[in-house]
Amino acid sequence: MSAVDAVVAPLISAEQRKQARSVGFTLVVLGIVAAFVLGNRPGDAGFKLVDSYIFVIPAQPFARILALVLIALGAAQLLKGFGKWTNVVLGIAAATFVISFLAWAASGGSFSFTGMLQDTVTRSVPIILGAIAGIVCERSGIINIAIEGQLLGSAFAGAVVGSLFGPWAGILGAIAMGVALSAILAVFSIRYRVDQVIVGFAINFFALGLTSFLAARVLTEHPDYNILSPLRPIALPLLSDIPVIGVVLFTQTLFVYFAYMAVAIATWSLYHTKWGLRTRAIGEYPKAAGTLGVDVIKLRYRNVLIAGAVAGVGGAWWPIGMVGRFDQNITNGRGFIALAAVIFGRWHPVGALSAALVFGLAEAIQLKMSNLDTGIPSEFLLMAPYLVTLVVVAGFVGRSRGPKAAGQPYDAQ
Amino acid sequence: MQLELRGITKRFPGVTANDNVNLTLKTGEVLCLIGENGAGKSTLMNVLYGMYKPDEGQIVLDGESVVFTSPADAIAAGIGMLHQHFMLVPVFTVAENVVLGVEPTGRLGSLDIDKAREMVREVSDRYNLNLDPDAIIEDLPVGVQQRVEIVKVLLRDAKVVVFDEPTAVLTPKEIIEFFEIVKTLIAAGRGVVFITHKLKEALNVADRIAVLRRGQVVGEVNPKAASESQIAEMMVGRPVQLIVDKKPHAPGEVVLEVKDLSVVDADGRTMVDHVSFNVRAGEVVGIAGVQGNGQTELVDALTGLRNSTRGSVALDRQDITSASPRVRHAKGIAHIPEDRQRQGLVGGLSVAENLVLTRYHDEEFSNGIIMDWPAAHHAAENLIAEYDVRTPSPDVEASTLSGGNQQKVIVARELSRPLRLSIAAQPTRGVDVGSIEYIHSRIIKERDTGTAVLIVSTELDEVMALSDRLLVMYRGKIVADLDPKVTSAMDVGLYMAGSRPSNTVNA
Repeated sequence: MSAVDAVVAPLISAEQRKQARSVGFTLVVLGIVAAFVLGNRPGDAGFKLVDSYIFVIPAQPFARILALVLIALGAAQLLKGFGKWTNVVLGIAAATFVISFLAWAASGGSFSFTGMLQDTVTRSVPIILGAIAGIVCERSGIINIAIEGQLLGSAFAGAVVGSLFGPWAGILGAIAMGVALSAILAVFSIRYRVDQVIVGFAINFFALGLTSFLAARVLTEHPDYNILSPLRPIALPLLSDIPVIGVVLFTQTLFVYFAYMAVAIATWSLYHTKWGLRTRAIGEYPKAAGTLGVDVIKLRYRNVLIAGAVAGVGGAWWPIGMVGRFDQNITNGRGFIALAAVIFGRWHPVGALSAALVFGLAEAIQLKMSNLDTGIPSEFLLMAPYLVTLVVVAGFVGRSRGPKAAGQPYDAQ
Repeated sequence: MQLELRGITKRFPGVTANDNVNLTLKTGEVLCLIGENGAGKSTLMNVLYGMYKPDEGQIVLDGESVVFTSPADAIAAGIGMLHQHFMLVPVFTVAENVVLGVEPTGRLGSLDIDKAREMVREVSDRYNLNLDPDAIIEDLPVGVQQRVEIVKVLLRDAKVVVFDEPTAVLTPKEIIEFFEIVKTLIAAGRGVVFITHKLKEALNVADRIAVLRRGQVVGEVNPKAASESQIAEMMVGRPVQLIVDKKPHAPGEVVLEVKDLSVVDADGRTMVDHVSFNVRAGEVVGIAGVQGNGQTELVDALTGLRNSTRGSVALDRQDITSASPRVRHAKGIAHIPEDRQRQGLVGGLSVAENLVLTRYHDEEFSNGIIMDWPAAHHAAENLIAEYDVRTPSPDVEASTLSGGNQQKVIVARELSRPLRLSIAAQPTRGVDVGSIEYIHSRIIKERDTGTAVLIVSTELDEVMALSDRLLVMYRGKIVADLDPKVTSAMDVGLYMAGSRPSNTVNA
């Protein structure tokens, strides 16, 4: 028996081998970049952690040592592989590379490192909430490409309602808009069984067209419909006194705290409640749930609407949590990045949170870079978050399996 | 509990699937519902399970008329169903699957998974089903998955358990175990409805047999007093030849030679593992095995649909290991694929178009650019007549034909030309008894004209009856090369399950 067992035991698959190889190459490439690009600026870089302390990194030696380490790690990965430690090695290498990059950019000066991390968390909010909306939908078997449209529509609703009736009403208005756009997705994909990707795209263009039109025609004529004072950060007692972390995590607006809660509640609900078991079942094999008396259609409707509400809060972040107004296409693709976070996070809320933070970091760095004089064109910097998305999804996700029934309409018979 | 179906009629556009069906089931008995595919067995059971609403008639439980609008109603009334395709979420554990829909909950609506485990263990121990509540479904053999399904219905306290074609996916050994479980259920005072098209099983396990034909109950028979051919005649409506009629074979030269062939699937698993065998002219070689032991991948490699990772395939001593399907086809290889809807036919094309699918590029039907449709149509009409395809016209969509007739279209297309090798996978799966008889006779006729024939089937009776030589595949390897005339089905079943008959171990 044992000989036979060995035959069918899944060996390391071609997919995994390919992924291991690409990790090795990535490490080597990062090493080369570190050696020739990051190592070409002399001078010390100051990373301001708290007002009274600046951490100094000598940019050039740091980059050169890093280059050697990265190339060595890459070679080790290509020759032997780190096995289950691969991702840890890659994570540490990428983080160090980012620090070296920042040191290169800031060499000869200093910048607020803590502020950048705080920005990272702030800017992750719509991505986190968008991703949770995506996860709740896809886990129940409905592909949600419409996250972008839901964020944009609710940003608009949040701005207008918020300007007229105050920020809290604005958040409710945004939620209502998110739910309404979700209802379109739900009705067309569940009731009329239209291809879910197509409905999603239609919603995105509908939301973009409608809000752009209204912004140009209505909001420009009535500027008072589009101005409100955003929520201020609240420093949580005690927690916010922790150095660095207190500022980064606990001196934030309610949106950030809501995002933390959303991740925790979504994780617990999906894996530790009756609702979660049924939701995952109807996303994997709805017929199995249906034959056991679970009302698949009703649960799908409910979940898609819940997702719309979550995306609604995510959309409200722009006018109410950040800039105090609505602008044309203010979301600028964050919904699609949220979709990438769903996949990168393997349909798990905590995974999506990590992915969202990576994308948030890319955005925060891009903001910092435009303040520091690096010589990198600003257009290129604006591209950075999307470039990160592309690299992450194409390179490191590999083939991750989503809910099996996602995209398939359910037919009770 | 006594269950009665009274005058159940269910119509679909164009067909009456159930026509005034009356049935009664008492507790502690096994009622076998037998009939061909499309006779209305599954429709009837879906009516009983609340998935279809009957157009006429009623379901009566202990004298009271009930109406089921969803499976939830049927479950609540004590009816449990094991579907032909298991209704299990592959990535869930046994316990998660079993409690889905009746989840034990703790505080704040949290899922009490410990309680769920305990529930599974308790039922599993009581009925001796031997299940691990934490095993993931997709890692389990089908026989065990079926026991999970049984625990599901028992946990919902089903008084009547409906099994829809429960033995189709089981090994012979698992089938015997399954019948033991059925006996336990009966002993525990539950009623069993057993749907099948296999005559032997019906006679073996039933207390009563109801025969369904074209949506009607055409009769009830007592299994102690009935014979297989009698029931088959009731199912089909005419006398049927159940035994394959064939002359002794006269094998000629080696036509197909497979040497050390290995095939890997998309996930990198070795599905065909160093397989070597050959098939001679005028010989039927059968490959038996439980589904998923590499037969699909082997056939794909032989027909050019999948690359092999090592080894070689030769036809008439010419290497064809990496030849394209069309080249193989041109060399005289016919392929009757295992999944006729996915691989055998294009459902949306007409019967005539399907019949020329492998030859549309021949001079006979096209000049290289433009199709000669009248010629194709003419050829199709001849084939329809010769192979007895029951179709209203050559121009109807192939998907509208019955399973048996769809299969005849494929057989007609593949066998109606000079052949060296014919490969047939599951040639009679989901095909009615009448068409099975015909397809078998065509395959034997093909052998008698000197073609090498390779049959791959999970239906043990079928491969045993057709083959002159029988190979058994288990986990990608050929584990036995047998003479079906002197081997018992039980012994073949043991090989299929990965063990060996005890007498050969001693020998």
